[in-house]
Amino acid sequence: MTGRDAVGEAFRAEWGRIVATLIRLTGDWDLAEECAQDAFAQALVRWPADGVPERPGAWLTTTARNRALDRMRRRAAEAARLRSIAPTVSEEAPAPAGWEEDPVPDDRLRLMFTCCHPALPMEARVALTLRTLAGLTTTEIARAFLVPEPAMAQRLVRAKRKIRNARIPYRVPPAHLLPERTSSVLGVLYLMFNEGYSASAGADLIRRSLCAEAIRLARVLVDLMPDEPEARGLLALMLLHDARRPARLDPGGDLVLLENQDRARWDHAEIEEGVRLVAASPGRGPYRIQAAIAACHDTAPTAADTDWPTIAALYGELARLVPSPVVELNRAVALSMAFGPAAGLAVVDELAAEPSLASYHLLPSVRGDLLFKLGRYAEARQEFERAAALTRNAREQGLLLARAAACVPSGRGA
Amino acid sequence: MKFLMLVVAGGAEPGEADQPGYTIEEWLDETERRGVRLEGDRLLGVGDATTVRESGRLVTDGPFADTKEWIAGYDVLDCADMDEAIEIASKHPVARVGAIEVRPFWSG
Repeated sequence: MTGRDAVGEAFRAEWGRIVATLIRLTGDWDLAEECAQDAFAQALVRWPADGVPERPGAWLTTTARNRALDRMRRRAAEAARLRSIAPTVSEEAPAPAGWEEDPVPDDRLRLMFTCCHPALPMEARVALTLRTLAGLTTTEIARAFLVPEPAMAQRLVRAKRKIRNARIPYRVPPAHLLPERTSSVLGVLYLMFNEGYSASAGADLIRRSLCAEAIRLARVLVDLMPDEPEARGLLALMLLHDARRPARLDPGGDLVLLENQDRARWDHAEIEEGVRLVAASPGRGPYRIQAAIAACHDTAPTAADTDWPTIAALYGELARLVPSPVVELNRAVALSMAFGPAAGLAVVDELAAEPSLASYHLLPSVRGDLLFKLGRYAEARQEFERAAALTRNAREQGLLLARAAACVPSGRGA
Repeated sequence: MKFLMLVVAGGAEPGEADQPGYTIEEWLDETERRGVRLEGDRLLGVGDATTVRESGRLVTDGPFADTKEWIAGYDVLDCADMDEAIEIASKHPVARVGAIEVRPFWSG
């Protein structure tokens, strides 16, 4: 491996850890990022010439730490000069407490909790996590979220300012706050993953790389919170979705439905790992249940082999834990696959009065499909037309209108 | 570190007040015991509010913003950090039926 490659690898492995440590030591987020950057810049010069150090992480941390100490001493000296106070701060002033510890504790967990603090806006939590923990640049984050760069820079500046001004603590929250705050961290990582997952094939590479970043951060979280089964559940869920990515889009960039995907193209190593994580996460939480559902899909050799009764039961469990009409709709689909369209329709009909689904095109779309399968063509047609009117996606609209037109009893069609 | 707690009333649906939680007396007891509340008071209703703009050239009756929610009181807190301020605010009885806005002081 060349020195350059080694720096690249160390960047992915060590950036978050170094920034997290420097924030703890200096309390200054910008200084921490700048000094971490300086350390990697030095590595780029030194490693190719002098060889890669035995412990690259320790080398980088020490370099960044010394740089921060330097800059803080210089700052103090300047401040003293400005106030004309003599003598100036000695260059040999001892490092403040906590600076010389070795090995350096892993501060990434507290950094995650602070970045994902509920007092920060959601978009800022995601951006800050990507910047400080994953090491993406502002330019990259802006591109990943299709936001102009100055707006993204603003977002990061504001978030850091709020952390400082409102004194959002830099720590792993105490036990009584931990469940709520952990779910915020998990929510941020899941949102990051979904942003990447929803990116089209033609989208910027950086946008698609959000999935990999989210998975990487979820792995860190699992390492740092080994007793948090929902963290393992989330990692499993991401892996089991990510595994299907190679088969999700056709060459034209259109979505391929799960049942039509070429399962040979799924990433079987990811599936195996995801399934193992699901098995190793006892008890039930929203992410674990969703991961178990994804595992049912991913382990079916063909779409026809899918274990729909288990999936329907899992959606039932999920609905009890986090009641949501969208979960109910998914349960209805699973029920219809497991026990026939009438079983699904009964659940869908109960959802018809749900105000939050009034403009959700999938409700009439699913209802139309079930009615069609039951031979109730006139009603099915109405539902498909309603669904077509509700969607803004032109391609989806075309498909729904085609299904509406096909709602004719066989033999009587034109 | 000082925080201003704006107690915002209104906007609640009937019945939402039935959730269990602190009474105002219990809240005052706890904040006093912990020494996190410097002062605070309830305000008279928005009917008694007057808004002054442009250095007094424009005086109007009523609150600065005409919404369903209004500022019903305030407290000045002295807390270790945002988490403690959020915790104190979340225990205030109005947090169950209205909202509490927590704002750090400019001068810390």
